[in-house]
Amino acid sequence: MLTVSDLRVSVENKEIIKGLSLEVKPGEVHAIMGLNGAGKSTLANAIAGRSDYEVTAGSIEFDGKDISELEPHERVGEGLFLGFQYPVEIPGVSNLNFMRTALNGVRRYRGEEDMSAAEFMKLVRAKAAELKMDVEMLKRFVNVGFSGGEKKRNEMVQMAVLNPKLAVLDETDSGLDIDALRVVADGINAQRKNDTAILLITHYQRLLNYVQPDVVHVMIDGKIVKSGGKELAAELEEKGYADVA
Amino acid sequence: MAGTQETQQQVEEITGEYKYGFSTDVEMDMAPKGLSEDIVRFISAKKNEPEWLLDWRLKAYRAWLKMDEPDWAKVNYPKINYDDVYFYAAPKSQDKPKSLDEVDPELLRVYEKLGIPLAEQEVLAGVEGARKIAVDAVFDSVSVATTFREELKKAGVIFMSISEAVHEYPELVQKYMGTVVPQRDNYFAALNCAVFSDGTFVYIPKGVRCPMELSTYFRINAENTGQFERTLIIAEEGSYVSYLEGCTAPMRDENQLHAAVVELVALDDAEIKYSTVQNWYPGDKDGKGGIYNFVTKRALCKGKNSKVSWTQVETGSAVTWKYPSCVLAGEGSVGEFYSVAVTNNLQQADTGTKMIHMAPNTRSTIISKGISAGRSQNCYRGLVKVLSGAENVRNYTQCDSLLVSSTSAAHTVPYIEVKNPTAQIEHEATTSKISEDQLFYCQARGLDEEEAVAMIVNGFCKEVMQHLPMEFAVEAQKLLGISLEGSVG
Repeated sequence: MLTVSDLRVSVENKEIIKGLSLEVKPGEVHAIMGLNGAGKSTLANAIAGRSDYEVTAGSIEFDGKDISELEPHERVGEGLFLGFQYPVEIPGVSNLNFMRTALNGVRRYRGEEDMSAAEFMKLVRAKAAELKMDVEMLKRFVNVGFSGGEKKRNEMVQMAVLNPKLAVLDETDSGLDIDALRVVADGINAQRKNDTAILLITHYQRLLNYVQPDVVHVMIDGKIVKSGGKELAAELEEKGYADVA
Repeated sequence: MAGTQETQQQVEEITGEYKYGFSTDVEMDMAPKGLSEDIVRFISAKKNEPEWLLDWRLKAYRAWLKMDEPDWAKVNYPKINYDDVYFYAAPKSQDKPKSLDEVDPELLRVYEKLGIPLAEQEVLAGVEGARKIAVDAVFDSVSVATTFREELKKAGVIFMSISEAVHEYPELVQKYMGTVVPQRDNYFAALNCAVFSDGTFVYIPKGVRCPMELSTYFRINAENTGQFERTLIIAEEGSYVSYLEGCTAPMRDENQLHAAVVELVALDDAEIKYSTVQNWYPGDKDGKGGIYNFVTKRALCKGKNSKVSWTQVETGSAVTWKYPSCVLAGEGSVGEFYSVAVTNNLQQADTGTKMIHMAPNTRSTIISKGISAGRSQNCYRGLVKVLSGAENVRNYTQCDSLLVSSTSAAHTVPYIEVKNPTAQIEHEATTSKISEDQLFYCQARGLDEEEAVAMIVNGFCKEVMQHLPMEFAVEAQKLLGISLEGSVG
């Protein structure tokens, strides 16, 4: 599904990812854990194709295809989703319009017909209900005036609507109270049932109480220094990064 | 709304170059180049006008000769050689067609290519539920098709070309023409008075709510043809009308001059809503070609509690010089101005409004959204004026500028003159640059860069776009995106 090989990424000529390799198979959940500044978000942004993140060496293969030269929206079309740590506000654009434009953009990339307004409404209502999002939130401007929890919930609804093959979730659990954390976990678990592979980028172990990862990676200074099963997360929590690595 | 969908589809076919850059092979009936009393007489004679109108034109022409072209706007363009402009051109046809079937198919094809919302055709074809929009299609200078006249007539609404109105309702035309924008108001208004080719006349009788939205599509087609449209709308006591105006023009190398005059008169308790989508050829990436758009639009809120609302979406023209204004003369009258002005490449826009509060308890609202891309210049210029006798005036002004490129410029020039201490005037202004985070967020959801820009810009303009009638809103949203293609940087 996702094969990252010897990846090196620079931001403003400073190397942040320093030779990272990673393989995620369909339906698997991988957690990447690490302290602030380890390069976790840089990895997420590089996989999603943000333009100021320069891949200087190595490759990112997705579904057997090298995507490192593709535009961000093309990667979405290929089946990639990036959940943001800080979802961005877009004043004046309704959530519904945003999601429908996104979904139809993806469908067009795949050579499919646009989804009709009625069909879309049905889909988005169902997904919002599953994730306990108030339908009124769909009519509001994208993330404008949303609480931290509402923004993350909104990310989950967007993910469910786009139904990706791989979701990279960048600190989706940060800043959430316990109820919101559960909602996010439910979103991830529901998506997992659709055989979506998940790359969870997180600082803390607590989300992993609700989402059972198949593999846990420890990232320090731009590299994965250790990988293991879900017990590795507990070990990290207990002993701290320095000792585990 | 099949008509709206059709428009949408047609607009979606855009490939990046100016879509409407084509011209047709309709034979033209032209006056020779240049301007003189003889040309004014030629135009008047061609239109078989009464003596009073010829005199009126000549008076304007003589006034124009003594006036200077204004130079205070923040726009630069080569000096116009008025001897090198055609001041009259009309499609060749013996008699006016009685229905669309009789219209030159070449013209109809042009409208089709333009993506004019053809709701009108649906109604003609008996499509149920199609919203009725009367289209007074102006091809170059002369009206060639007017529809829905019958239904409007039943309501007592007069909707016809101004040349026809001169013959059929001379007393109304004489009573109001030039009362809102006097002949000597400004250089371009005077020029228009002398040579105006055609335009639209609307009269809504007392207490009548116009049963449909009225629209006119203007086009410029002939090379070097000045366009001098003239619109006069009169809303009698307690009446209401919504009027839509939309423009596109074919691609030409040489600059084309357009100097229109629009006059609106609202009597007691009357309301006029005037919406414009202006998409004339803006010139190419290097600033070659494009329309010079020097327009004088003004409304007189003459009656008590009358209301005029201007909504404009300006995406076209190489140079725009335009300040749709409201003279609030009736007590308790209301003026509104909602504007989106997009400039890209080397376009220059100097646009805004004037709200002249002459009477007590008058209110005005100004919402202006300027979007600058490429190497363009975008200037909001507005005046809020409160005369000494006008008690309890209120104005709210909001001017927001969005920079899409780092090589474009946004300017805001608000003038406020208050002579009455009871006035409450509020002015808010912001300038921002489109954010990388917003762009990437949209892209990471599957929108390409241009769709992302279009979406963010449309969001920025939301407060204005929501004032557009639905038929226009869809088209206008697409236009914003089209106008900004290739503009990120």
